[in-house]
Amino acid sequence: MLRFLAPFAVFVALIVFFAIGLKRDPREIPSPLINQQAPAFKLQQLQAPSKQFSPSDMLGQVWLFNVWASWCVSCREEHPVFVELSKSKLVPIVGLNYKDKSADALQWLIQFGNPYVLSAMDLDGRVGIDYGVYGVPETYVIDKQGVIRMKHIGPVTPEILQNKILPRVRELSK
Amino acid sequence: MMRACLGIFFLSLAAVAQAIEAPPTAQDPVLEARLNNLAKELRCLVCQNETLADSHAELALDLRREIRDKMRQGMTDQQITAYLTQRYGDFVLYRPPVKSTTWLLWFGPFLLLIAAVGGLTFFLKRRRRVLEDIPLSAEETAHLNALLHAEKKQP
Repeated sequence: MLRFLAPFAVFVALIVFFAIGLKRDPREIPSPLINQQAPAFKLQQLQAPSKQFSPSDMLGQVWLFNVWASWCVSCREEHPVFVELSKSKLVPIVGLNYKDKSADALQWLIQFGNPYVLSAMDLDGRVGIDYGVYGVPETYVIDKQGVIRMKHIGPVTPEILQNKILPRVRELSK
Repeated sequence: MMRACLGIFFLSLAAVAQAIEAPPTAQDPVLEARLNNLAKELRCLVCQNETLADSHAELALDLRREIRDKMRQGMTDQQITAYLTQRYGDFVLYRPPVKSTTWLLWFGPFLLLIAAVGGLTFFLKRRRRVLEDIPLSAEETAHLNALLHAEKKQP
């Protein structure tokens, strides 16, 4: 009996491993920045080039930090989700305009709407590197003390917003 | 996901175009050799099966530029690796460090080997017992001899 059951058990175990492996997204790399202080920077603002933005400006509130660019195709996919969210005024969204041209970025915001409180311009992508950005769009949830609490890689869908991001934001806002 | 992949594909196309235009970086051959050696140990996060040295993805170009700058500032290879793992995690390293979360990765194959050798020994021992010679009884020997002689006479 064991002769047949043992190989069968091994086979089933392999199938389970492969099934789990298939469902996991290899692009999602766990970020070492979770529960770390958000890296400091000082960047020019997209719409007010005379003004600068630094993450410390947001201390005291929970906020979303969204990395976007006008050349990024999947940013278009998630953009309506953020436009809706900005109307609800649940949480402020700050944009990091990653390796973009100012004119293109401004045009993009006019065309698709501007959900951002402001966007900081990361022209050479150095701030992106500090935040471990490797695939735009990426979204960070940052708490009142300026600590990164969550990171989402890839476009934010309404489901991800409702089930993952907003519950975390509510919890942190308490 | 599909769209994100496509986006990356087009992005890398753009990066290839840029890479062709990029001026040769032979100003400092020693530094470039050091950069290349280090970049071979690091994973490009966009095209995950390529090293930072081989990849033409835009992020890889940026990271190489960053590493070059850090080297010029006099940082050691270890410091630069630490700088990258602080941002991207151990995933950027082609040789993951040995620590509690990677024990299974490092020692798992040896565990499998030990289990396989154990299984094989068990199997072979059991088989030997089955194959062991059991002497024939007097009656069986007589029967066998009768059969053998009968065969000899026939043809």
